[in-house]
Amino acid sequence: MSLRRPAKDQPESFEFNASSLEAAKAIVAKYPEGKQQSAVMALLYIAQKQNNNWIPLAAMKYIAKFLDMPYIKVYEVATFYTMYNLAPVGKYFVQVCTTTPCMIRGANQLVEACKEQISENECELSNDKSCSWMEVECLGACVNAPMMQINDDYYEDLDKQKTLDILDKILNGETPKPGSYRGRVNNEPENNRKTLMDLKNA
Amino acid sequence: MLKDQDRIFQNLYNDKGSDVTSSQERGDWENTKEITEKGRDWIINEIKESQLRGRGGAGFPTGLKWSFAPKEVGSRPHYLVINGDESEPGTCKDRDILRFEPHKLIEGCLIASYAVQAHVCYIYIRGEYFVDGQKLQAAIDEAYEKKLLGKNAAGTGWDLDIYIHYGAGAYICGEETALLESIEGKKGQPRLKPPFPALIGLYGCPTIINNVETIAVVPTILRRGGKWFASLGREKNTGTKIFCISGNVNTPCNVEEEMNIPLKELIEVHAGGVIGGWDNLQAVIPGGSSMPLIPKEKCETLTMDFNSLMAEKSGLGTAGIVVINKDQDIIKCMARIARFYKHESCGQCTPCREGSGWMWRMLERMAKGDATKDEVDMLSDVTNQIAGHTICAFGEGSSWPVQGLLRHFKKEIEKRNNLDPIVQKKNNIPYLVDQHLLDKKNV
Repeated sequence: MSLRRPAKDQPESFEFNASSLEAAKAIVAKYPEGKQQSAVMALLYIAQKQNNNWIPLAAMKYIAKFLDMPYIKVYEVATFYTMYNLAPVGKYFVQVCTTTPCMIRGANQLVEACKEQISENECELSNDKSCSWMEVECLGACVNAPMMQINDDYYEDLDKQKTLDILDKILNGETPKPGSYRGRVNNEPENNRKTLMDLKNA
Repeated sequence: MLKDQDRIFQNLYNDKGSDVTSSQERGDWENTKEITEKGRDWIINEIKESQLRGRGGAGFPTGLKWSFAPKEVGSRPHYLVINGDESEPGTCKDRDILRFEPHKLIEGCLIASYAVQAHVCYIYIRGEYFVDGQKLQAAIDEAYEKKLLGKNAAGTGWDLDIYIHYGAGAYICGEETALLESIEGKKGQPRLKPPFPALIGLYGCPTIINNVETIAVVPTILRRGGKWFASLGREKNTGTKIFCISGNVNTPCNVEEEMNIPLKELIEVHAGGVIGGWDNLQAVIPGGSSMPLIPKEKCETLTMDFNSLMAEKSGLGTAGIVVINKDQDIIKCMARIARFYKHESCGQCTPCREGSGWMWRMLERMAKGDATKDEVDMLSDVTNQIAGHTICAFGEGSSWPVQGLLRHFKKEIEKRNNLDPIVQKKNNIPYLVDQHLLDKKNV
């Protein structure tokens, strides 16, 4: 299991804004009547998006009231799943995959780049508080290894220099283009494709 | 090599676009109505005849699973749940289906829902695939617009609603009962079986759970016939499969190939060979990180299907092939996998929660050469105490890779870890050892 701790500095209160509220109501409608608890994961995610990439305890209490369920159940969910950030991570949250398929293709270089560019330690905000990084488990893009995720987007086929360039951009407030950084198309074998050639050439 | 016209996922590399019009050009949604008119029994029988086995790892026969759904809908509605919580290291096939062939999945959902009498289908996607999930959502919206979903979906007379439920970074939610718990808005901790989800599943109602790839191949099987699918591969291991080849190869890729294809052909032809040449190969993990690795000697002749890999004491799993060459430290690679399992254990059963951490820490020390001779057997003992002693298959999944390492690379570990017993060396190793032994007076 992973260690999860809520931040020490917590805001007093939390409330959904108009667009979050609308999204939350649409999600609750997906589930059968009386089973609104199912929406808790999506609602935590909405709260995280609204609150600059992390979930304060006040948001958990708010969601518990919203879904008419005990606060502890929301707390359980928020601390069980690792994608919910319980402390501030900055506007850009960099997650570097270091599980074996990425590791053997050089994920440690990406970690080095993050250490140089963002902060010395994992889960530590950069100097301007806009960005942090952490090592995560398999992100499910193994044939594009090594790779990292920044907020929702995947950046694939990286090396140290390319990672430094990407981090440079986000530290300047730009959003770099997601996808492969070796110019390959999706998951096809680079310059070695032997299947479905009629479609490719059509 | 499989002929191009026998490939089910024609748009695997997104040559043609994933929207509904181009999907229809490729044959999706062509005669969905005619297929459902042949009736539930025909659909289930045809799937049984195709010998399709689940693509999510366990390889359970799909037709059989569907036949477990109650024949009559009682007071509780039926549900269909699609498992897209792809988190097994080495596997990235479902992601390509979600983003490039969403209509195959949606049509498969409609047919499967009809077969098991479900009016609501939940597709569970891992939270990290948010962008790919948005693409699937766009395809679902398109399908509603074209009346392929909703009331009287695609003219079949069957009503179906599909909803996406995002996970939030828990590997264990790929286990089917943990996935149901997660949809119900709880921690993803697996349930005891029985009762099986086919009778008591989501919200206590009969639920059929299938992998994304399994459902996405269903429409093509029904269109071309179960016999066609069964003619590919070999008995009990039929059809085609998306293989993900990653690690130390020249051109890592996803490719759809026939079952029972030689491993060497996959690596040499599609993945451009091992980096440093075939002789530089050290070992291959054949089916995602849970499956025990296979050393080079056996890779020469190995064929990739459920039964032939089982004969090698490994498994096809999700068909995520991780190639490890001789430039890598094999113990370190496995220590990293053990760390993955330590991180992802849900914490419900003690042997797994504690044991996964033990395995990781022991392997880390073994990679550094800091372990004693005895610990190699102790590690083997720990794996045996986890496997088979947990509620779900995570216990096996976490201990099999370590057992595979011990089976094939024991000499390597022993060579590196040649320390004498701790008492003589007076090393202070704070756990796994009775502390009183360190005290000189007691020796």
